[in-house]
Amino acid sequence: MELYEYTVHELVEMLEKGQTTSEEITKSYFDRIKEIDPKVKAYVSTLEDEAIAKAKKVDEDRKAGKPVSKFAGIPIGIKDNMCITGTKTTCSSKMLENFVAPYDATVIEKLNKEDLVYLGKLNMDEFAMGSSTEHSAFFPTKNPWDLDRVPGGSSGGSAAAVAADIAPWTLGSDTGGSIRQPASLCGVVGLKPTYGLVSRYGLVAFASSLDQIGPLTKDVTDAAMLLNLIAGHDEKDSTSIDLGEKDYTKALVNDVKGMRIGIPKEYLGEGINEEVKQAILDVAKKYEEMGAIVEDCSFEVGQYATSVYYIIADAEASSNLGRFDGIRYGYRSEKYDNLKDIYKNSRSEGFGPEVKRRIMIGTYVLSSGYYDAYYKKAQKVRTVIKNAYDELFGKYDLLLTPTSPTTAFKMGEKSNNPLEMYLADICTVPVNIGGVPAINVPCSLDSQGMPIGFQLIGKSFDEETILRAAYSYEQNTNFRQNKPTFKGGNS
Amino acid sequence: MAREDYEIVIGLEVHCELSTKTKIFCSCSTEFGGEPNTHCCPICMAMPGTLPVLNEKVVEYAVKAGLATNCSIEKNSKNDRKNYFYPDNPKSYQISQFDKPLCYDGHVTIETEDGEKEIRIERIHIEEDAGKLNHDEYGRGSFVDLNRAGVPLIEVVSKPDMRSAKEVESYMRKLKSIFEYIEISDCKMQEGSLRADVNVSVRKKGASEFGTRTEMKNMNSFRSIVRAIEYEAERQIEEIEAGNKITQETLRWDDVSGRTFSMRDKEDAQDYRYFPEPDLVALKVSDEYIENIRKSLPELPESRRKRYIEEYELTEKAANFVTGSKYYSILFEESIKVCNNPKTVGNLIMSDIARILNEREEEPEDLKFGGSELGELVILIDKGTISSAIAKKVLEELFNEVKMPSKIIEEKGWIQISDEGAIKEVVMKILENNPQSIVDYKAGKDRALGFLVGQAMKETRGKANPQMLNKMFLDELNK
Repeated sequence: MELYEYTVHELVEMLEKGQTTSEEITKSYFDRIKEIDPKVKAYVSTLEDEAIAKAKKVDEDRKAGKPVSKFAGIPIGIKDNMCITGTKTTCSSKMLENFVAPYDATVIEKLNKEDLVYLGKLNMDEFAMGSSTEHSAFFPTKNPWDLDRVPGGSSGGSAAAVAADIAPWTLGSDTGGSIRQPASLCGVVGLKPTYGLVSRYGLVAFASSLDQIGPLTKDVTDAAMLLNLIAGHDEKDSTSIDLGEKDYTKALVNDVKGMRIGIPKEYLGEGINEEVKQAILDVAKKYEEMGAIVEDCSFEVGQYATSVYYIIADAEASSNLGRFDGIRYGYRSEKYDNLKDIYKNSRSEGFGPEVKRRIMIGTYVLSSGYYDAYYKKAQKVRTVIKNAYDELFGKYDLLLTPTSPTTAFKMGEKSNNPLEMYLADICTVPVNIGGVPAINVPCSLDSQGMPIGFQLIGKSFDEETILRAAYSYEQNTNFRQNKPTFKGGNS
Repeated sequence: MAREDYEIVIGLEVHCELSTKTKIFCSCSTEFGGEPNTHCCPICMAMPGTLPVLNEKVVEYAVKAGLATNCSIEKNSKNDRKNYFYPDNPKSYQISQFDKPLCYDGHVTIETEDGEKEIRIERIHIEEDAGKLNHDEYGRGSFVDLNRAGVPLIEVVSKPDMRSAKEVESYMRKLKSIFEYIEISDCKMQEGSLRADVNVSVRKKGASEFGTRTEMKNMNSFRSIVRAIEYEAERQIEEIEAGNKITQETLRWDDVSGRTFSMRDKEDAQDYRYFPEPDLVALKVSDEYIENIRKSLPELPESRRKRYIEEYELTEKAANFVTGSKYYSILFEESIKVCNNPKTVGNLIMSDIARILNEREEEPEDLKFGGSELGELVILIDKGTISSAIAKKVLEELFNEVKMPSKIIEEKGWIQISDEGAIKEVVMKILENNPQSIVDYKAGKDRALGFLVGQAMKETRGKANPQMLNKMFLDELNK
């Protein structure tokens, strides 16, 4: 077995036992990246020299018996919308193609404390707007299970890298499904924490009230470990919550007896692919066998979540992206005679079509005369959705749904039809609107050999129950025996 | 119709920079000046991914301002984004407050020729200041300086309750003095710490509807505010008299030409697309918090003014003047502790000290000497050690160098001559040298006495006790 095939918790054990070194692990990844990434195209930039230097330093410290973190020397890939001092943070946009971050995101500060090694920055839909990574201004990322298909998005690079074994684990961000949906399409674990659990400081904002950073990993244990590293109150983010110290690995218990799981019927109906639907029913059956109480339930207001999402997210985005004006940093058009032209031309040339569409929708819904009908109403419906979650979680510990209505679709299939693309997120978007946590766990392959994942949704700040149920499923099944084939890619 | 048939209606939006040590959403210094872009960080430069954290001192200062101006405090307040593009606005939105300002429904009392008048305050909200654009004088472009970006401001919005430029000045001075007393701002107008957007309209006296208003932004001296209002009201009346309509617009006041100019290019109706700031949590203040701030407030000018009249028997005019500035008030109270003569201290502040400051183009806050110096000066006057003429000279000296007045008069040799023998000597000498004056006096020309006293003062370089001189001359002349 190659080093790049191990999970992080296995690598940690091997490092502790002296069976390998950080340098060996890191080099194994860069060799693999050179071999595989030209096909998958998950990385926007790699940081080989810095990574290997860091790995050597950690190995020396470990050898010299200096106290080092258990995760010291473990490589990681970072979605390219999180700032690492001195490295490019592009958001896969022409606007920030040459932007070098002058500071560290809080999650990066936390990983620095543990001496993790950065492999590079991962591709995404421009400014995290999209569900296929085809909206990257640089190049699309391919799905390792079929190179003619999309990896999902917006954290497509983060998901594909884990699936292709070109990163042991990665960080992504999730505004409407951007961690879970690509995790599902690529057959990896992806966790969106409760809004407020992980600091957003240093994450380039898309929609401030919805964005959350979270882990994409090979298994549930790694997800709990990475969550331990990034969660916690941050005084630089007023919306982050102080829960004190938590160890999420304690939730990794193979036991779901008596756990109450609700299946909202709305997510097994129209618009959900038959094979996906069957897979979810199989998962439900498995949970029942394992001792959980599984019941059908209803989440009717969920049908409004997508509308609410595209109003609130785009409203916030239209304001958040105002700072990309060509004045202080980022792309500035060469064509201008006056201030208005700097703004107009820099933004017209620097942003891609999907980003412009979102800015226009967001500007529209906030405009005077439309604010009450759109933004204000959407906020009211958001409260209704939150209340509906509260009610369901009075009855159930978890909700089970598909993560994505379909498995990975072909490249180009939806990229010219925004509305159809937006439907790729119908199962994941309500979770962000409610602010609650959810995970994608891979469960099976469809007839085309493409991964199917299920989503477990929990109550706010109860990541433990999600992790416990996901871990139990994993312990009683064997999805990880499947490996991506890297087929296709010739078209 | 004549000019007198019109009434001017003025409302003000006063921006006041708060004197917190750090900015409103980051820990950068709020200090004025400094090389461009040296008081900034990724947050106030709006680097991608940065987030604001509200400085609690800003809330405290704003609540102070609200309580000192009789406002109600909103216990469930929030911050909102005001979206617009301008190079001095790095995030392309300003974090401000829209529909739930921290303070609302207050008032201040001003003194007018017709007595006291209440000016209502609609709201006070917190927001961040913008940066500054420096335009290259050779036309090579404009440079953005973000030192000021994120400096905390309160915006005080009045009702359109003012009816003359004079009332506006009184209102602004009142706010300035209140904010100085409660120590939330240095209120330095020349540094832009206190500035106003002035809304002016005119209407026929007795009309119930307001006329169309124009707005003059960022006015930062009392003098230009008064001139601008007078000019703009006159212009509007002339337009109306000529049968034209007033356009609602933003005007630029030009101090040099003394005119207002239309800024039409900025007139495309701005839609700021306000919405609640999602990066900040709701701004909640408790009753207890508000009460603690209320208890911590110092005595405000209104109460001081009344006390000075009752307790110290100052005239209404002197009491108004002395309490008009915190710095005068402090000087007054410290001085009377030393000399126990409120009347003379009050008069010196109102007349001589104010005059000298004015000549030097300085403000009360620039005063360098304090109560121990002014108090001693009054004691020296009361004891007859110096004349009031010398006292003025001592004051001038105090502006140049802070020293005890007794030391100044000693060094300068300004001690009043009250020795009978010495004065007699001078009187005899002057009489001897001016026989004609004696003749004139005897012939009934009283002016001659004044001339002789003047000569004696000249001889003693102002040091002779004038009452003694007068008496002695009379005694000699009437012999």
